[in-house]
Amino acid sequence: MTGEKMAKLPRKASIYVNGRYVGDFDRAADLVKRLREKRRMNELNYQTNIYHNKRTAEVFINTDSGRVRKPYIVVENGKPRLTSEILEKAKSGMLTWQHLVKMGVIEYLDAEEEENSYIALKPELIDEKHTHMELDASTIFGITASVLPYVEHNSSPRITMACAMAKQSLGVYASNYICRYDTKAYVMYYPQQPIVQTDSYRVINMKDASAGQNFVVALTSYKGYNMADAIIINRSAIDRGLGRVMMLKTYETEERQYPGGQKDKVEIPNPNVVGYRGEEAYAKLGEDGVVLPETDVSERDVLVGKTSPPRFLEEISVFGAVEEKKRESSLALKSGESGKVDSVMVTEGPSGNRIVKVRVRSVKIPELGDKFASRHGQKGVVGLVVPQEDMPFTKDGVVPDLIINPHAIPSRMTVGHLLEMLGGKAGSMNGKLMDGTAFSGNSEEDYKKILSNSGFNEYGEETLYDGISGQPIKSKLFIGVIYYQRLHHLVSNKMHMRSRGPVQLLTHQPTEGRAREGGLRFGEMERDCLIGYGASMLIKDRLLDESDKTVQLVCTECGSLATHNFVKDKDVCAVCGNESVEAVEMSYAFKLLLDEIKSLYVFPRIVVKDKA
Amino acid sequence: MAAKKTNARIAPFEAVGIIAAQSIGEPGTQMTMRTFHYAGVAEHVPTDLPRLIEIVDAKKTPKKPITDIHLRSDYRTEEKAKKVASEIESVLVSDIATITEDLERKKFIINYDEKFGKEMGVSFAKLCEEIEKVSLFGVEVKGDDKKIVIAPRSKKDKEVTLRQLRKMSTTVKSLLIKGVDGIRRAVVVKGEAGFFIRAAGCNIVGLMGHPAVDRKKIYTNDIKRMESVFGIEAARNAIYTEIKQVLDMQKLFVDVRHIMLVADALSSDGAVNSVGRHGLSGHKAGVFGRAAFEETVKHIVNASLEADEDKLAGVTENIIVGQTVPVGTGKIKLLVELGKKK
Repeated sequence: MTGEKMAKLPRKASIYVNGRYVGDFDRAADLVKRLREKRRMNELNYQTNIYHNKRTAEVFINTDSGRVRKPYIVVENGKPRLTSEILEKAKSGMLTWQHLVKMGVIEYLDAEEEENSYIALKPELIDEKHTHMELDASTIFGITASVLPYVEHNSSPRITMACAMAKQSLGVYASNYICRYDTKAYVMYYPQQPIVQTDSYRVINMKDASAGQNFVVALTSYKGYNMADAIIINRSAIDRGLGRVMMLKTYETEERQYPGGQKDKVEIPNPNVVGYRGEEAYAKLGEDGVVLPETDVSERDVLVGKTSPPRFLEEISVFGAVEEKKRESSLALKSGESGKVDSVMVTEGPSGNRIVKVRVRSVKIPELGDKFASRHGQKGVVGLVVPQEDMPFTKDGVVPDLIINPHAIPSRMTVGHLLEMLGGKAGSMNGKLMDGTAFSGNSEEDYKKILSNSGFNEYGEETLYDGISGQPIKSKLFIGVIYYQRLHHLVSNKMHMRSRGPVQLLTHQPTEGRAREGGLRFGEMERDCLIGYGASMLIKDRLLDESDKTVQLVCTECGSLATHNFVKDKDVCAVCGNESVEAVEMSYAFKLLLDEIKSLYVFPRIVVKDKA
Repeated sequence: MAAKKTNARIAPFEAVGIIAAQSIGEPGTQMTMRTFHYAGVAEHVPTDLPRLIEIVDAKKTPKKPITDIHLRSDYRTEEKAKKVASEIESVLVSDIATITEDLERKKFIINYDEKFGKEMGVSFAKLCEEIEKVSLFGVEVKGDDKKIVIAPRSKKDKEVTLRQLRKMSTTVKSLLIKGVDGIRRAVVVKGEAGFFIRAAGCNIVGLMGHPAVDRKKIYTNDIKRMESVFGIEAARNAIYTEIKQVLDMQKLFVDVRHIMLVADALSSDGAVNSVGRHGLSGHKAGVFGRAAFEETVKHIVNASLEADEDKLAGVTENIIVGQTVPVGTGKIKLLVELGKKK
């Protein structure tokens, strides 16, 4: 039975208010209609929403908090309630938004009531059945999508990607960044507002927190260095500040209090503290033990010198109180990082402890491997940095900032990207901002007109000249201006290598991860491959010599691990007292395994024999 | 030709096991990613990863056992094969009759279905005869309705409990009337050497009793059965054939020698083993080799009870200890006789 047929049955509908069942009613449709009328006459609060589910014969009346609602223009009998008359009054300021809501011209719908409505995109599309109309066609998008230009010209997966990447873009994240001590923050040096904007971009004042710059982009190849989504960037443009950002990182330490009245102390540590780092490590500290602003700091430099009381209470010697052996617990710059001390702040924590915060600033200049993206889901990684003189140029001497590969376009169907390039170029020529709002922005024709009036090819194509030979490039190339974002995947924060380095305490094997200067794991499957090749020596090299090799003394008599007695300068087996002991090369993990087997009350013996 | 032969030989100390494992494992991962199913094929044998796992795990019975029954040379025409097929195919009482239980009156009635009965070639008389053989109580035949009523008659029988009655009815239901037990749905298929029969189910010994069946050429995908009837060599060949069939069906090309190695490894100790804890990995010689796989503590503790010794002969053992592995270059040693100068 279809929903309509069921609705025609004389069935009583259940009525729910804020999710609670209140009773049955046999003329649900009338009820819903009247309630909505009352709301439009401002007799019911405008935040009330009514949803009628005809299939299950239920009416939900919701007045509670936590519902997402969106305003629409009410449409009646094929005509919007927002007449030109009312519109004029609103424009002149006689009517405010609140007035329109109270008059029932504009109405807020929640997700449920929206199911009962039929919403037109534009006034031209309204027919008899419509109940509402969008304020503007572009409001069907959310905030992130509505600031993208020409979304309606792009394929949906690319829009999704563009929305995701806009959140990773570096710009001005907060205009008071100078007063803030965020753990990690990026601020762009010369942020720009996009030439092609949208209505919502203006409405939410995005230009006050812009995250990108308008790049001159050419769509061509250059010696194959922009294959597979790589991009080629102009070194001279980088030198002029293109895509330049600074990273602000806050280091923090606290003077902690310990039970027993002991305290940490911020100071320049004495050379006799446990774990003293050497004089030069503390060279940049001021007298109070904190770095001075605007000093250059590099990896492992101490930012705040600090000492802590010993972890365990010392024995009290015969002469009374011993001099306390303090521990070094300074705050130092992490390995691989460098920059300038931006500012220092000393405050008090919630428990009254002194807290020192040091903000370190480092400039992140675009380099090979950094990630950039337009607002059309077109992302790429710098594949080559070319000096301006080697880059192609136009007859006017314009040199692109960026060269992207034409192969990035057809399969992804990001027509919006091309339109924005065209619009950016037109906007740069007539000195105006362009409109890329979905469904209502400037058209290709608008741009064509501007371009041809400015003496350009109306398709945005130009003859470019090879920067090295000076010869004109045979085919015309598409070149324009488009807003590009620098994304916070910077190689300098990800690059990692190791030849020798720290090992784990337990296994003596190399540590894991970039933060711990770790090695790259030679895993089981990699090992299997080497076995497959029969490369025994290479396996031993990877798994033993370059990992946790140790030499252990083994008793030839009982097969347990022996020790070296330094007093007598003799190798002795601690189990049987035997002195015939052999040095055996093994992995530390194996030694550990033997220890663990012993913990099972199982005695492993190593039978030592000469190699046959 | 001779040179080619020499070239094709595997080099000494080549790690054939690992290479075989990788060569089968890699397309195996492909298989999980694109499991394509053949829809609507009548004889549906699983030909995907589950089947492969079934084989290497040495499961007792395959999910879909199938037997290829080859016939003696004078039975290989379609007509004769069909006749044999109908003789072989097992017919149970439940195939040709419906059984209704009347627990109140302590009896149950077997309704002979003529349509199915004729199709299967079982007459009502034959059914009666067979049932009378097994029946513990009285059998009453109602020839007109083609009905058989089984109910306790004598005084002694009347003490029969309902439970016994239930049991009786289920034994009657699955009573074999005709054909070879376990052989269901026998289909005649045209093969290279004339027609043969493909049947669901498996009963090699039972099939051997039929005069038309070529006893030496019965093949089933039930590897354990192949082993118990024909011996380990046949089982090895069955493992090989089955793995090969799965890979071929998935259009994956793996060199036959890798599969042969797996088949050999699974059958090398005279019985079909599985890979894993209860099979290959669990029966390794070295203590560490076994401990490295699963149930580490169990193996180490057992080793201590038996004062077991690990000779460090395997690959895993040597990696654990930190020595060169005895494959490839690791096997080559230099022998120098000390003290002799010439």
